[in-house]
Amino acid sequence: MNFTISKRAGTTTLVLLAVGVLLAAIGVIGDHTDNRQYSWAAFYANALFFFFIALGTLFFYALNNITETGWTVLVRRVYEAIFSYVPLGAALVVIALLAGSLGLNHMWPWMDGRTLDTSDPNHYDAHIALLRPYLNLPFFWVRAVLMIGTFIYFARWFRAHSLRMDQVGSDGLLREHWSMYNRSIGFMVLFAFFSSVLSWDWIMSIDVHWKSALFGWYVFSGMWIGGMVTAVIIVLYLKGKGYLPQVNGSHIQDMGKWVFAVSFLWSYLYFAQFLLTWYANIPEEVTYFKVRIDHHPALVWGMYFVNFALPMVLLMSRDTKRNPKFLIGVGVLIFIGHWLDMVQMIMPGSLGDHFEQIGLLEIGFFIAFLGLFVRTVLGALAKAPLTVVHHPFLEESVHHQI
Amino acid sequence: MSNKVIYAVYEDPELLKDAARKLVSAGVKVRDVFSPFPVHGLDPIIGLKRTRLAIVSFMFGCFGLSLAILGTYYMMIYDWPMNIGGKPNGFYYQNVTSFVPVLFEFTVLNAAHGMAITYLIRNKTLPGMKGRNPDPRSTDDKFVLELRTEDNHAHSDDSLTGMLRETAVLEINERQC
Repeated sequence: MNFTISKRAGTTTLVLLAVGVLLAAIGVIGDHTDNRQYSWAAFYANALFFFFIALGTLFFYALNNITETGWTVLVRRVYEAIFSYVPLGAALVVIALLAGSLGLNHMWPWMDGRTLDTSDPNHYDAHIALLRPYLNLPFFWVRAVLMIGTFIYFARWFRAHSLRMDQVGSDGLLREHWSMYNRSIGFMVLFAFFSSVLSWDWIMSIDVHWKSALFGWYVFSGMWIGGMVTAVIIVLYLKGKGYLPQVNGSHIQDMGKWVFAVSFLWSYLYFAQFLLTWYANIPEEVTYFKVRIDHHPALVWGMYFVNFALPMVLLMSRDTKRNPKFLIGVGVLIFIGHWLDMVQMIMPGSLGDHFEQIGLLEIGFFIAFLGLFVRTVLGALAKAPLTVVHHPFLEESVHHQI
Repeated sequence: MSNKVIYAVYEDPELLKDAARKLVSAGVKVRDVFSPFPVHGLDPIIGLKRTRLAIVSFMFGCFGLSLAILGTYYMMIYDWPMNIGGKPNGFYYQNVTSFVPVLFEFTVLNAAHGMAITYLIRNKTLPGMKGRNPDPRSTDDKFVLELRTEDNHAHSDDSLTGMLRETAVLEINERQC
């Protein structure tokens, strides 16, 4: 069965895009920070948030291939549609990184050449000079191009290969399956490494004086939960429209379980990072949390509550995971919770005191990106049959029962 | 008329499921099934009630959390306040962050052990308990379906065994009880 974008969905995404751009434009005009840094930070936080959702889904897709998971086969196309946003999302992230490198914004202090100039005592920063072998623009861009190139290559290859599997008969199917399996392993090895590197390069180096060994995992688990929540919301939307008739309560419950489980993983890593910093109480480590918790306690603890306590209490029972309306409601809350997480990762570090509370810019860019993201995903969904035609585990997935 | 138990032995879980489906649609109540491993999709066929083990687990978890809070409070704040790394120890809420790992682990420990032990007690399979399965082969490679005449007054013994014989049954054993 093929998916056609309903008129209403098409208009809604366009309206979201237009309203978001309008709100963001008003915000940008009213932005009085130097270099319009606030606008850049808000843009960057949202660009990363949606790019990470696509990346987390790409990871989960490869994970399913490697573990040869049967039950997800019916919803593979949904994952593929979400990670079809990878190229576009990467381009938008690159715009912000490029602007930083060209000096159009100063979110990354180390990108500013003056921090290395010993004759300029106002700007010279001995710590940044120490990090120069790693944090310098040429090496940074080599890494960025390598990582983004890898993600785009694999996203496109997985999608193309999945469509190819639809065409082959039962003879070639197993060979195609193994080819997918092997590529997924290759991707996973690279992703394990790159997910940490990109979190240091793109996020942690905003607070350049701060380091955390757990940060890479924390960012990665944020990507993963973003992908899980988005996937379950889209599957429930499609089911509500009468698509995916073979997806039954067991599939939905399992997808809800992933939301529940990865929420715990994320909470565990976030709290482990916080706990070690709190306990050790070393000045260069606590700065990160000091900036955030002293000035934005409601934001930090609010997002932790939404991302940890809500899924724990609300998604624990089997019935809530099988109730579509309830699951969508909790899913949307967690989605917003992780957006808040991204905001508190990017904004206080890049703006300092200029960031007081979430305003027009963050919300405007969020709405615009949401429109763009949903439009891309629905567009990709409409391009191919909504369930795979051939897959070694298709039968198993159809009869999935827990 | 004395009550009888009928055990029908099957060689394959799918055959047993087909048989159970046939019996239930004829209005026969299946009392129990003994199998070496959980048979997927059997519960709704023979109308088993949903397990309440999850609720037990949750209650044990709450119990463990409360016990851990009480324990950390008594040991670290009330009885002998310890100064570790200069962390505040005057009030519980000031130091609760450092107890989080303990609270978490103790909650999980209680929930998991409570659930496992409750499960073993309910199944009467705690170590040392006498085995209840009617046919030892049901722990190896056979699947046994249990019918009781007292559950099925609408059917005579002969009609029950007759119905069983129509399924892919390996052997039928009857026992007085």
